[in-house]
Parts: sequence; structure tokens; C-alpha cells
Amino acid sequence: MGRRVLITGLDTFWGGRTAQALESDPNVEMVLGMGTREPMVSLERAEFVRADQTYSILSRIVRATQVDTIVHTFLVTDSTRSSARATHEINVIGTMNLLAAAGQAGTPVRQVVVKSSTLVYGASELDPAWFREETPRSRPASTRIERSLLEVEGLVRDFAEDNPSTVVSVLRFANVLGPDIVTPFTTNLSRPMCPSVAGFDPLVQFVEETDVVRCLEHVTKQRVPGLYNVAGAGKLPWSEVVSMCGARLLPLPPAGTAALSKALGALGLIEMPPEIEDLLRFGRGVDTTRIARTGFTCRYSTAGAVASFIGALRLRRSVGSAPPSYTYEQDVEQFFRHSPAVVRIAADGSPRTDPSGNTPASNRSDA
Amino acid sequence: MPLERKTETEHDVARLSDVDEWGRSAHVRELARRAFAPMYDHWFRVEWEGLEKIPREGGALLVANHAGAIPSDAPVIMHGIEKELDRPVYGMADYFFRKMPVVGTLWSRVGGVTAHPDNAFRLLHDQGQLALVFPEGTKGPSKSYTDRYRLRRFGRGGFVEIAMRSGVPVVPIAVVGAEESMPIVFRLPGIAKAIGVPYFPVTANLLAFGPLGFALYFPAKFKLRVLDPVHFDVQPCQERYSKSRVMEEAEEIRARLQETLYDMLRERRSVWFG
Repeated sequence: MGRRVLITGLDTFWGGRTAQALESDPNVEMVLGMGTREPMVSLERAEFVRADQTYSILSRIVRATQVDTIVHTFLVTDSTRSSARATHEINVIGTMNLLAAAGQAGTPVRQVVVKSSTLVYGASELDPAWFREETPRSRPASTRIERSLLEVEGLVRDFAEDNPSTVVSVLRFANVLGPDIVTPFTTNLSRPMCPSVAGFDPLVQFVEETDVVRCLEHVTKQRVPGLYNVAGAGKLPWSEVVSMCGARLLPLPPAGTAALSKALGALGLIEMPPEIEDLLRFGRGVDTTRIARTGFTCRYSTAGAVASFIGALRLRRSVGSAPPSYTYEQDVEQFFRHSPAVVRIAADGSPRTDPSGNTPASNRSDA
Repeated sequence: MPLERKTETEHDVARLSDVDEWGRSAHVRELARRAFAPMYDHWFRVEWEGLEKIPREGGALLVANHAGAIPSDAPVIMHGIEKELDRPVYGMADYFFRKMPVVGTLWSRVGGVTAHPDNAFRLLHDQGQLALVFPEGTKGPSKSYTDRYRLRRFGRGGFVEIAMRSGVPVVPIAVVGAEESMPIVFRLPGIAKAIGVPYFPVTANLLAFGPLGFALYFPAKFKLRVLDPVHFDVQPCQERYSKSRVMEEAEEIRARLQETLYDMLRERRSVWFG
């Protein structure tokens, strides 16, 4: 039987991208996405269920759809996007409900993949240059995003302990750059002036957005258990990243940085949430030996990720913003997925007549 | 589906600087060497003995005594080895530097690395580099002039454990001259606590030259002697090593270094002329 995958946050960047990647895989029989809004990317066959952000109906959905894999991409890793309360609801309460549903009696779930962030390591002068997965943080977390993600990882650890037969994969991604993703980093780097902390020029590490999706796909398809750092090779000084992007440094004083960055942030001049401040002072690097051993390497180095971002930035500057994004039309999507009038093309190119839209038995091969 | 974009690797992306993954820049290092050369050649008139004992390739942990309120031994050792052996030396230092604006960044660009066991292992084992540590830590440079050339405790022997785990030899270096280049008359612990530094020294240089004394060293003659490398016959990459063995080896290295310092001081006729 093919894989039946549930993706959280289908309406977010990562959920949508991951769904696209998985639905092109013939071994994946069904892709179900949950989201609070409609999906923003065009999807071939992924089904969409609207749910509130804490996923209280998840237990029923898991039972009804018999999903064997959950890919949890819906975690807030950037405090500029949502309030403290919403972050807590989405990250901690959402994950709690998700894991409760995945661990219910007689659960069909065999794998849980969680998209975490290297923010869980923090940034401090006591840090090693490269964090390994088992390296502890040097100081307790001081920002709410970090605390929230640490709590999420704690829940996942408990779940893994209680459900030894379930494959649990946790991926800690470095800060992401790429043509389409929007983060405080991409926002700052697209502007002429980019914040820094005066007197500090930390080494930073990035991962390219397609590598993030590729890695989620890799651990899902190969059922890779464990905790992994994912980042592009090498590190760059922040000043070099900024000048590669054609921007100038806007050095903030090393004392009172938080207050000033908050004020400048409120004016819309920079985006410097608290979880970035220490990063721009001390930098961060993560060791990716462990994920490499599972057979995954990032296509883009840190410098490559910056270059990929710059390419898209230059294109946008020349031709304006990207073409209007895809709009989800409930009726149209339902028609394409379920109407007997639609001739569905199987992976081998032959038309499928099965109105349920399932892959014919000949193509089914479970990994 | 998003289009497959061209694969970028480190090689086809033009870098704008030569800062490596430790923050060291060969270019900045070259500038620093040029700036320090007159000081090295004419002020401290550095003389080495046994430089050939430092491996030309492969990792080695260089271990030296540490002295002078603002230690002058680290730049001298790094400068000398880079000049003579033409290979980089990474100086492992207290994390405290990293917190200081400008100083922390500059220290990192000229080859400074935070003294974290993981950093040392990666430098020595994975990359086969030379790393320099001062096992006395801040206890060395913060001691008063009256305690000169008396080695402090060598930490908890961590440097031996790191060398064992990395499978590299320890190369001890005895330094004479640093103590007299910036001797501490007394310390002000209250000020140190208030401004958050490990110690606040009042040096003879400060008393002689005023605030300039923070930067102006006395022209003490520098003599360095490299001791025979110490190889440990243990399996590398172990999580832990016998603490008694580690402490024993550390103490032996400390004793040899101390003995060598006394030997060199017995031969020294003048602080200024060697």
C-alpha cells in the first residue's frame, strides 16, 4: 500500500512546498493537508482540510483517513509573524494535539516528521563554532520563540519515548534564504540598509529553501529516524552577506540594542526580532555530519543560498514582483480531484479511469 | 512544481572575503603580521630555539606559559610560527573576548578561536591544524610580578584530554620575556567586577606611561624554547579518558615547562638583552 501522508500548515510556505514535492511521488498514495486558510500553491491531488490552528479535530481526521505519516511543518520560527499568544497556540498546543492524535490507541501513524529550527541552540559567546545535535545550549533561552521551540522538541522527545515503534524525525534547519521565502533576513537583505551590531561581524549559516523541502522529502521517503541539523556548507561573515546583496550595514550600538531595534522595527526600517539580535552578535554554526550520513547533502552551500536569493532579488528589481500567486477555488479543486469527467494520468503516462483517483494497484510499491 | 534551479556550490559562488569558517582571514592576518613585524624583530627581538620540533604538517596542540597583563606571548608565538613555518596557528582564548565589540571580531580575524573542546577537536583532528592554548588560562596573566615565571595550575588537564581525543601531540613552548613586558604591580578586583572583565591590572607600564601603558610594552628580550613533543599512546576519538592519566600527563608537562623556564632564567644575563 502506498504512503498516506498528512501535512500540517498546507496554507503556509513549507506545507505547500512539501505537499507539492510529495504528491509527485508515485509511492505516496494520498496527501492530506491541514491549514487555517486556503492553500497558496497549486496542488495536483493533495486534499485540503480546514482546521483551527491548534488542530483539535485531528484525532478524528487521523482515524478517518488512516494516515501513516505526519509531516509537521507548521511551526512558527519567526516572532515578527505572529503574536506571543498565537505562537504558543500554534507551536506548543498545536504540536501537543498533533502528537496526541498520532499516539492514540490503535493509531495508524508510523512516522512523524517535525520541521524545527537551529534557533533551539540560541547564540552566545560561550558557544562552540559548530553545534552537534547533542551539544547543549550554552545559556537558557531568553526569547519566546526559542522557548516555544524547545518546548515543542520536548513534546516530540516524550512522544518518541512513549511510541518506540513510530519513526520520529526532527530536522533543525538553519536560517533559510531563497527566491521565494520571506523572513526577517530576506526582508532586511532586500533593503539598502541592513542592521548589524556595531563591533560585531558574526559568522552565519544559511540553508536554501529547496534544500529544506528536499530534506523533508528525504527523511519522509526513507523513514529516517532521529534528530538532525540541516544547513548549507560553510559560514560567511554577516558583513559579507550584506555586501553580496548590495546592501550597506546599519550598525546599531552594542548596548541598548534591543530597545533601539524594537523602535526601528516599529518604524518599519528594519526587522530585528529578539531571536536575531544575539545571532548578529555571536553567529551560529551547526554540524551537518549526521544528516550527511543518512545520504542527504544540501545542493546549496551557505554562499550558494545567498547567491540563489540574490538572483531572485535582482530579477524582482528588474521585472517587479512575482506574477500573481495562485488562488485556491474550492469548487474547481473539487472538480479536478473527484469528478468522473476528469481523465487522470497515472505516473506511467496511461490514463486512469478509477474515479476515486487512487493509483492503480500495479503502481503501488511501499517503500 | 517549482523549476529545478541551477545547483550552486561553494566553488562557483564568488566570495568577497577570505574569512574562513573560524573567522580567520589570511589577508587580515597578513596585515597584522606586517604591523607586528617591527615589534617582533626590533622591540622584543624574538629568538626561537627548537622550532623544528613543531610539525610542518598535521595537527598539534601548542602549549605555553602565559604572562603579561595584556599577554604579549600569544601574538609572538603566532607570528613566529606563521613566519617560520608558513602555516596558520589558531589561538584558543577565553570566550570573554567574543563578548567585546571590535576586539572580539579582530581577534577572530587574526586567528582567535573560542577555547571550546569541540572547536579544538575540529581544528586538530578533522582539519590537522596547529592550535595554541595557555592551560593556565587567565590565572597566568593576572598574577603579580612577584610570582613571575611560577606556573599556575594547568586547569583541569583539559588540554591533554583534547590532544588524546584528537590523536595529536602536545608541543610545549617555554616563553621568557612576556612577564617583564607588562608586569602587574597590583590588581583592582572592584573595577574588574564593575566592568565585567576577569581582572583589572595596574601595570608598571601604566605607572610609567599613564594610559599609554595599556598599549606600550617594555622592550623585554623574548626567548622561546620548543620542548620535545609529547605523544600519547591512546585510542583517539574516545568520549572520556582516565582522569588520573590525564592529570598525570598534564602535571608532567607543567613540570617540564617549569624546569625549562628556570633553566632559561639561569642562562639569562639581562631582562632587556637576554
